[in-house]
Amino acid sequence: MCLAIPALVKSIDGYQAEVDIDGVTRRVSIQLTPEVNVGDYVLLHTGYAISVIDEDEARETLELLKELSEAQ
Amino acid sequence: MKYVEEFRNPELAKKLIDRIHRRSTRPARLMEFCGGHTVAIFKHGLRQLLPPNIQMLSGPGCPVCVTSSADLDRAIALSQLPNVIITSFGDMIRVPGSYSSLRQARAEGSDIRIVYSAQDALYIASDNPDKSVIFIGIGFETTAPTVAATILQAEQERINNFYVLSLHKLCPPIMKTLLALGEVRLDGIICPGHVSAIIGSRPYQFIPDNYDIACVVSGFEPLDILLCIDMLVNQIETGRHEVEIAYRRGVKPEGNQPALELMGSVFEVSEADWRGIGVVPTSGLMLKKGYRQFDAGANFDINPGPSHEAKGCICGSILRGVSTPLDCKLFHNSCTPEHPVGPCMVSSEGSCATYYNYGDTDE
Repeated sequence: MCLAIPALVKSIDGYQAEVDIDGVTRRVSIQLTPEVNVGDYVLLHTGYAISVIDEDEARETLELLKELSEAQ
Repeated sequence: MKYVEEFRNPELAKKLIDRIHRRSTRPARLMEFCGGHTVAIFKHGLRQLLPPNIQMLSGPGCPVCVTSSADLDRAIALSQLPNVIITSFGDMIRVPGSYSSLRQARAEGSDIRIVYSAQDALYIASDNPDKSVIFIGIGFETTAPTVAATILQAEQERINNFYVLSLHKLCPPIMKTLLALGEVRLDGIICPGHVSAIIGSRPYQFIPDNYDIACVVSGFEPLDILLCIDMLVNQIETGRHEVEIAYRRGVKPEGNQPALELMGSVFEVSEADWRGIGVVPTSGLMLKKGYRQFDAGANFDINPGPSHEAKGCICGSILRGVSTPLDCKLFHNSCTPEHPVGPCMVSSEGSCATYYNYGDTDE
């Protein structure tokens, strides 16, 4: 129910945005994430972007995962 | 980066699992609060890969499952009124109430439509000005802001035949209630990822402070969950109790302020009726006075009659983490996804459906 999937923001028109979800285009609301820019990924939940995915944090988490998996 | 495959790397997962095995020495009971986590853990087979001293319990984080029979009966009663269209997320349609289900009501002639979002329900209202369109508002803090935004849109566009039956529920208050009940001893909690995208990680601080339980907010990919478990194990092994975030790309400690403000402008905190737990003060959301015109509970006269649970169904104690589906005599016998008796077998993220679909039927 609280499922949210990553979607790439392609264009913005007021509180509406066109997003790409793995090749599928859909119009969604960005009213809950007014800070979003074209080119950002958002977490999409029931037609609304609920969070802008932080790319730097994602990279840091992946780095951390690599470090942890290599540490003894 | 597309934020999915990168977090499903099997080699990294294997190394993380090895690391958890090396580092976890104490018995640890971890509860995944969110039904989405239950599904991800089962779907990726993570339970079987964890060391035997780590026990995973499922919590009440499935909005369909925790909707009480009484509230379902209200939704069904609303569907039986003339000139009403009920709109709902899909799983709700199949959940048996005390006497019927929305699916049964639809078969008997009620106009009940499945929608993907509250906004879709608003468009149905706009297209059917001679009908009253009622959206069954279930969901936690993840969903409530989307419904609030839809209500504001209805107000702005002067769509006055749109209503919401607000059955929204709040996570931290029910966590508090479960912990205060003391039925389940926990060492760590996998905190919900997308609820936390809205509320942040700070509202969980009472858990380590008052109950000495480790808390880590997790994402939903296998590496997210393994990182979360590794962080929980780390806290447990070193005697720390803190709130940490393993899902930093989606969750900030302060949450999503615009969403919180929007939710707060339309809803106010109220009591809520939880299946298996009962009425819990300050654990739900009702429409504020200024939005009463959109409140289905205030605008329609219904008398659904006394409610009751299905005989033999133990969804309530499963939702409290006291029992597992394997403790239920109906599970896999008279209760299956095709013929569900209780809501945990209906919802795609219910514990019973997850145990059934992913094969954990004889632990």
